[in-house]
Amino acid sequence: MSDTTIDTTTPRASTLQQARLPRWAPLGLAVAAVAAGVGIGTAAGMGNPFQMGLIAALLFVVLSYAVTAAVEGGRQAKNQLATSLVWLCFLIAVVPLLSLIWETVNRGKTVLDGYFLSHSMDGVQTILPGGGAYHAILGTLEQVGIATLIAAPIGLLTAIYLVEYGRGRLAKVVTFFVDVMTGIPSIVAGLFILSFWIIILGFGYSGFAGAMALAILMMPIVVRSTEEMLKLVPDELREASLALGVPKWRTILKVVLPTSIGGITTGVMLAVARIAGESAPIVLLVFGSQAINPSPFEGAQSSLPYYIYEQWQLGNEASFDRAWAAALVLIAFVMILNLVARGIARWKAPKTGR
Amino acid sequence: MKTDIEPTSTSAGSPPQVSARSTGRAGDKIFLGLSRGSGIALLVIMAAIAGFLAYRASIAISKDEANFLTAFEWSTGSTPMRFGIAVLAYGTVVSSIIAMVIAVPIAVGIALFISHYAPRRLATPVAYVIDLLAAVPSIVYGLWGALFLVPHLTPLYTWMDKYLGWTGVLSYQGGAARSLFTVGILLAIMILPIVTSVSREVFRQVPKMHEEAALALGATRWEVVRMSVLPFGRSGIISASMLGLGRALGETMAVATVLSPSYLINVSLLDPGGGTFAQNIASHFKEANDNGRDALIASGLVLFVITLLVNGAARMIIARRKEYSGTAA
Amino acid sequence: MAKRIDISGLTAYYGSHKAIEDISMTVEPRSVTAFIGPSGCGKSTFLRTLNRMHEVTPGGRVEGKVMLDDENLYASGVDPVSVRRTVGMVFQRPNPFPTMSIFENVAAGLKLNGSYKKSELSDVVEKSLKGANLWNEVKDRLNKPGAGLSGGQQQRLCIARAIAVAPDVLLMDEPCSALDPISTLAIEDLIGELKERFTIVIVTHNMQQAARVSDRTAFFNLAGVGQPGKLIEIDETERIFSNPSVQATEDYISGRFG
Repeated sequence: MSDTTIDTTTPRASTLQQARLPRWAPLGLAVAAVAAGVGIGTAAGMGNPFQMGLIAALLFVVLSYAVTAAVEGGRQAKNQLATSLVWLCFLIAVVPLLSLIWETVNRGKTVLDGYFLSHSMDGVQTILPGGGAYHAILGTLEQVGIATLIAAPIGLLTAIYLVEYGRGRLAKVVTFFVDVMTGIPSIVAGLFILSFWIIILGFGYSGFAGAMALAILMMPIVVRSTEEMLKLVPDELREASLALGVPKWRTILKVVLPTSIGGITTGVMLAVARIAGESAPIVLLVFGSQAINPSPFEGAQSSLPYYIYEQWQLGNEASFDRAWAAALVLIAFVMILNLVARGIARWKAPKTGR
Repeated sequence: MKTDIEPTSTSAGSPPQVSARSTGRAGDKIFLGLSRGSGIALLVIMAAIAGFLAYRASIAISKDEANFLTAFEWSTGSTPMRFGIAVLAYGTVVSSIIAMVIAVPIAVGIALFISHYAPRRLATPVAYVIDLLAAVPSIVYGLWGALFLVPHLTPLYTWMDKYLGWTGVLSYQGGAARSLFTVGILLAIMILPIVTSVSREVFRQVPKMHEEAALALGATRWEVVRMSVLPFGRSGIISASMLGLGRALGETMAVATVLSPSYLINVSLLDPGGGTFAQNIASHFKEANDNGRDALIASGLVLFVITLLVNGAARMIIARRKEYSGTAA
Repeated sequence: MAKRIDISGLTAYYGSHKAIEDISMTVEPRSVTAFIGPSGCGKSTFLRTLNRMHEVTPGGRVEGKVMLDDENLYASGVDPVSVRRTVGMVFQRPNPFPTMSIFENVAAGLKLNGSYKKSELSDVVEKSLKGANLWNEVKDRLNKPGAGLSGGQQQRLCIARAIAVAPDVLLMDEPCSALDPISTLAIEDLIGELKERFTIVIVTHNMQQAARVSDRTAFFNLAGVGQPGKLIEIDETERIFSNPSVQATEDYISGRFG
């Protein structure tokens, strides 16, 4: 491309036909790269499929770049390089994430049964198989339940304040600190309740203490998601109701909230799923227990995340099995919450007028 | 609005109407009070967090015989206490940097994959799965990291030692790969979903007309991305990364399960040693006495301040971007 | 190098929806051809098939032939990227790259196609800006962002950007619909100058504009809601506006339906 002028009189060597690789080329190269990767890997005595995969991937990136550069030219080669890299990113990310799910399901299912779900670790020798996570499941449900009872109303009302009333300085300050609160590490929330509730006020370790820390983590999530949902309610709806002489608070309760209830529920459930997996505050505040303690207000409890940590720390095969099984239960719980929440969002979506 | 209907209600002259209005006004007041009260409660909680942590931390630091910022030790069991956060600060920063270096490019790649490269039939489920993975509890990542990732990294570290060991930073003496580098890799995997989904949202908002402008000039797909998608999404990528960084800095249990800690800074990132703020708190809490707990709270306060700064910076970038795109639209 | 476009039997789809059906026409080089017709009649879709931008829309696909002189744009082995370099496009809303300066915007297309010396580049940028009647207004602030210009200036900047890569054809999709009357006039004058060098196709809603700027006019219409758009007739602009051969054209032009 040397003719850079606009009204060039010499006809450009313009052809739309460019040398292009056949459509099967990427697939062919991929197969070749994988074969070469496995070959090189075996020759070098690497038994690890990840390393072979890595070699194959690198080979593919380099090969496809070189071949495209030779046949189609530099620009197309760069484009091909970017495409390969983007696909590679996707594959690289998928491998550990799939492995995580695979390991959890595979190793978790070995001891996961009705007995595991209905018995505690009370009196179980930790190096022997047996025992269960019932006390932990109960603890998680109670702690998360209490946290939700604290956080959901405060979060909801705060969001209502921000969207329906908030115009002044206070609203700005609250908005800012909700953002700040979103970023609080869970361990810091735990330390706060520790210093305030346990050290200064002198209460003991309990499920309730853990629930308060979880509530702190949950509040900003509820505020944010509820705010988003309330903002989606069209102003015409509010005005229509206000114009009928309905007081503002009844407008909010009877018009605004019912319109956005699906989205709000989704947000709360996602927040519940988030905090259900929190273990750091539990370690500090609930302290862990081997036996069933049905009272969240008195004495140490356990929880699923804590149970996983504890069983992992014991460091023997039987306890690892229990840890995986509990991880599977926890993931299942969180995923079901997520799926149901998203289901509700989809099911309710048309009614909010989106 | 109310004055509009006043004539009708007075002309009807029905007392119930008037009383309904007055309860409406009282209801409004109560409701406003409740909702404003909740907002204020949030502020109080935030203030209390900062206040109580600072109070306990000041008690601990006043009893600290060593330099709180620079000491390489953590002995809080006996008096006088000697503890410092130097190793923790180093470990927290280094592991988070490793996580960012690995996660951000890959996350941007996946975000581009979903928004611009993948066939639509693949993009939607991939985006969905990535969102779900953000919900996997950190302790599960920790368990997987300790029992699966650590043994599988040993060959990689041996290989790295062979070719890059001369740097000192990447030398490896063998043994379990429970090092800061492993922590970095695990944190990278953990923050990948959040960085991906925020970046993806930004890429999706790139106005179609900017992309078409590039296409109409004869740009290849990569050139479209480079000319219109990345410049538009740059601040979004930065703020997504900062949010990811905030998570990495504060991650507790996954680090506590994977890292084999010590109060020494190991030159090699591949060998065990070091620690992070959050991990240190979780690992030492149970054995700590009253003074020890205060010392841990003091380190937690430092972590709190660091995450506040990082998150604040991220929010500011997002806010600036909103203004920018607001005026450009 | 202005080229002739020969379209035969062209049908375009969005997924399973047929947007335009069986269009055949010839666009003469060094002239302005205007597409008119009611909203939704597929004239913009048709325009976008002429530089293969239609297939960028998810589900967009095309059947038929578009010959640029003697090359079929839709032949197998044709690279859509080089098609778009040969057939430039100006959009309805001015869309300069928001993060680039005025200079970079004009140079954007050139930079894609290899390395240029700086002096060469500024030569082309100057010529293109002059060609778009924008040079005098921006020559002192070439390094300022392109988004800071007025709407009309932005649109001329986009035209400069399009002609900088020396295309054979220039497609314009309602280029004045987002502009005020004075800017519109400036663009219309510019179109009159540009047709000396390029084959120009312009979609417009404004019939006076079609009458003012074009040499030939094509009228599109659709048989009914959900039906594909069709070419009703194409002829000398003067004839279309004075004495069209199809009744529907006359009805549309005289405002009897729309």
